[in-house]
This record gives sequence, structure tokens and C-alpha cells, in this order.
Amino acid sequence: MNTQDKVVAIIAEQALMDPSDIKLTDTPEMLGIDSMGLVESIFGIEEAFDIIVPFNANEPSESDFDISSVAAIVKAVERLVAAQA
Amino acid sequence: MRRVVITGAGTINPLGHDVATTLEAMREGRCGIGPLDIRDVDRLQIKIGGQVRDYDETAHFNRQQITLYDRFTQFALLAAREAIGQSGLQFDGALGDKSGVILGTSGGGLTTQDENFRAVYEEGKNRVHPFIVPKLMNNAAVSQVSMEWNLRGPSFTVATACASSNHAMGQAFNMVRCGMATAMVTGGSESMLCFGGIKAWEGLRVMSKDGCRPFSANRNGMVQGEGAGVFVFEDRDHAMARGAEILCEVVGFAMCSDASDIVMPSKEGAARAIAGAVADAQIPTNAVGYINAHGTATAANDKTECAAVRDVFGTHADDLMISSTKSMHGHLIGGTGAVELLACIMAVRDGVIAPTINYEQPDPECALDVVPNTAREAKVDVAISNAFAFGGLNAVIALRTA
Repeated sequence: MNTQDKVVAIIAEQALMDPSDIKLTDTPEMLGIDSMGLVESIFGIEEAFDIIVPFNANEPSESDFDISSVAAIVKAVERLVAAQA
Repeated sequence: MRRVVITGAGTINPLGHDVATTLEAMREGRCGIGPLDIRDVDRLQIKIGGQVRDYDETAHFNRQQITLYDRFTQFALLAAREAIGQSGLQFDGALGDKSGVILGTSGGGLTTQDENFRAVYEEGKNRVHPFIVPKLMNNAAVSQVSMEWNLRGPSFTVATACASSNHAMGQAFNMVRCGMATAMVTGGSESMLCFGGIKAWEGLRVMSKDGCRPFSANRNGMVQGEGAGVFVFEDRDHAMARGAEILCEVVGFAMCSDASDIVMPSKEGAARAIAGAVADAQIPTNAVGYINAHGTATAANDKTECAAVRDVFGTHADDLMISSTKSMHGHLIGGTGAVELLACIMAVRDGVIAPTINYEQPDPECALDVVPNTAREAKVDVAISNAFAFGGLNAVIALRTA
């Protein structure tokens, strides 16, 4: 499974949706993921990729981790994985 | 119904090891938050907290006592000694039977749990010390205080997360008010600044890595603290008859549940608790001059709390002062309401309003007089203290000048 598929699978699980129904342009809000769901998704991503995601629920837009869409999350994860390598 | 007064106060917290030092720190707007000095801090993302510094347990307790006293129990015992000492009460005979202890805590002996889980899971030990259970149980502090002072009346522990102390003090207030007890030793204690305690909070992603800035637009989360606050609540007639020094009167209390979300605060719930406490005190809303805010410095709490205050007080919201002393001592979770009550006592007794320090940028969603950065002198007759816990459990207590 590549990074994108893994991230989509984690988000799909939080959204209670099938991964094939998740579009890269979707935002967490569009998928019905609230702040707790988002925090759980990020935890899932950290566990799956063994990375630390800089994310503070108090200032999601200020965090150095773009969560504006599924594509943005995938890109941010790829960057963190690359930085770790 | 009896009137209830406070005749003793005690504390140990990140700002000081007693009430005088703590109030001086609040007047000076000193910050007790700094780098955490705990085991495995390098494995934490959050490396700051309000720790009780320069604390040596062996200066206060002997070896047998330390075997039985978790850090949260030690803090409770030290604060109780100061409070009961100030009150001058001796709980022998009938007074001991009619007086009890109600304290709040959230984590109880969490440090003891942390250390012993390490021993059995990480170090693979198959045996722990025989007294781990009486040391870690949430009622350990209440029981040890009752034993040290012969308090044989109604005694128990309240655990409602961040509102624990306020719920505890509300119970104590009503017990004295209705005649069930003559005096109650009450407040709260917390010590969860251990690796597991912080790791759990870290996971929620609501903690700040760099400081506690309540109501400031650039706030980015809460900072944990530790410590205890303990008070003697006493039947006013009893206190007057013995010529006791009265610090202030406890005049109202209200509590309610949001029944909506396990972590997100509710404006309606907060407003109901605030309005309830004012109504219980039988005073007009414009009599309230100071509010010690819950003020956690999370994005959600501070704007919700300010909106609730505006709903309850209307135009008077612009005339009253509201500050969050968590900016100085951090969030003591189950002990926080007790330490924050000290700021309310300082307001109604000394006419000094503790500031909200670290205030850097106005937030239009928190547009109240938050007493930014510098303490202020002001005459205040009534002060209230807010606590809004995770789980939507709200508790507000009101004090008046004696």
C-alpha cells in the first residue's frame, strides 16, 4: 500500500466510509470528521508511519501540518516520512 | 439555613508553598510554569508544566508516612495543616464528630500508579510494595487528612476532572449550611506531572508547548500544574462565638451538566452554572465584581466562557473583571478550583485582583476586562470562581466580603 492509500484508509475508517468513496479534494469537514475524529486520524497516521505529526487542536491552521484536504494530508505525510528517512 | 464562612486557608502550588507566598506571586504576576523536571521528559512532546519546586518530602514526613503518602496526599496534608492551623480549630470530641473532609482530585495517586506500572511492565518485576493500593486510591488524601486531625464527620472524595475542587467545596458549603456539619475541611489536590500523566494529555492535542496565554488571541492550549488548596468552611455563628478570624463568606454554589459532549464545552451549561451560583447567593448579578475564570487557554474554553459571562451579566459584563490565574500556576486539574479560590479571597478580602499574565493579543471573542498582565486594586464585594470540566460538568462557587 502506498502512502496515499494508507492515509485514505485511516481517514475512511474515521469517516465510517469505504476508501473508494473518499476523494482527494474532500476536506475533513466534508467527510464528517470533527475535531476528535481529526485527532484520532492523526494518531492513526503517526502509528502507521512511525512519525510525529505537529498538530495542535487549538490552532489547526497554524500547525505545520496542512489538513485542508485529503490530498494536503497525504502530501504532508509524505514530507514528514521523507524528512525522517 | 446557616451562613458559612472561611476561617482557614492553606496551599502548596507552583507559585508558593503557602498562602502568603502564593498571593504575593499573584499580586506580582509571577509565572510558576517552566521546563518539566521529570523522568523520561525527553520522550514527551510537551516539556513544560507548573511543578511544585524546591520540595523535599523528607522535610515534612517520616519514612513510614512517605511509604503511604503519594505526592497528591502530601500536598493535601500540607495545605490542610496550614488551613486548620490558621482556623485555630481543635477537632476533639463533638466538634470532630460534626466535622469532615471533602477534597477533589482527578488522578489521585497517579504518580504511584505510574511508578508501579513501570516496575511490573517495563522492568518485569513480579512484586510491588504492599501499600500501593492505600497509597494510590483517590480517597487517600481525604482519609489521611481526617486521620491527622480527628475529623470524623462526613468525608469523601470528589472526582469530576477539572471541576473536582469546586464540586467538593460546594458539597462542603451545603453541608455546613444545612447543619449537617459544623466545619468542613475542603478543597482539592492533584499531582499528575509524571510521564504517563502528561503523555495521556499530550495525546489529546490541546496542550501548549510554550506557555499558558488565556484569552489572548495567540493562545494555543493548556499547561498542566500540580499542588493543593485546602480551606476550613465553618458555621458563621460557631466562628463568631469563638472569635475566629473570618477570611470571607461563602454565599452561593451551583452545579449542572451539559449532557452534550465529552470534551467540548457548552456556553449554555457554563451560563446556567454561573447564573445558578448568583441566584443561590441571592444577590443581583451586578453585585459580582470579579470572576476567577476557568480560563484554560484552549481555543474552545476561553471564547465559550466569555460568551457565557456576557449572556449571564449583560452590560455588567463590561464592568466586571475576569482573570485566569492558570496563566501563572497552570491547570491543576482536580486541584485547580481550590488554588483559584485563593485569588477570589484576595479579591474580596484584600481588594487585589490577580492578573491574567502572558496576555499578548486581544481576541474579539474574549472581549472582557481580563486584567491583563498586571494585578489591580479594586473594591470587590462578591467574587465567583468558575470550573467547567471535561464531561460537561460545571460548578461555580461565590464568595462575599466578610
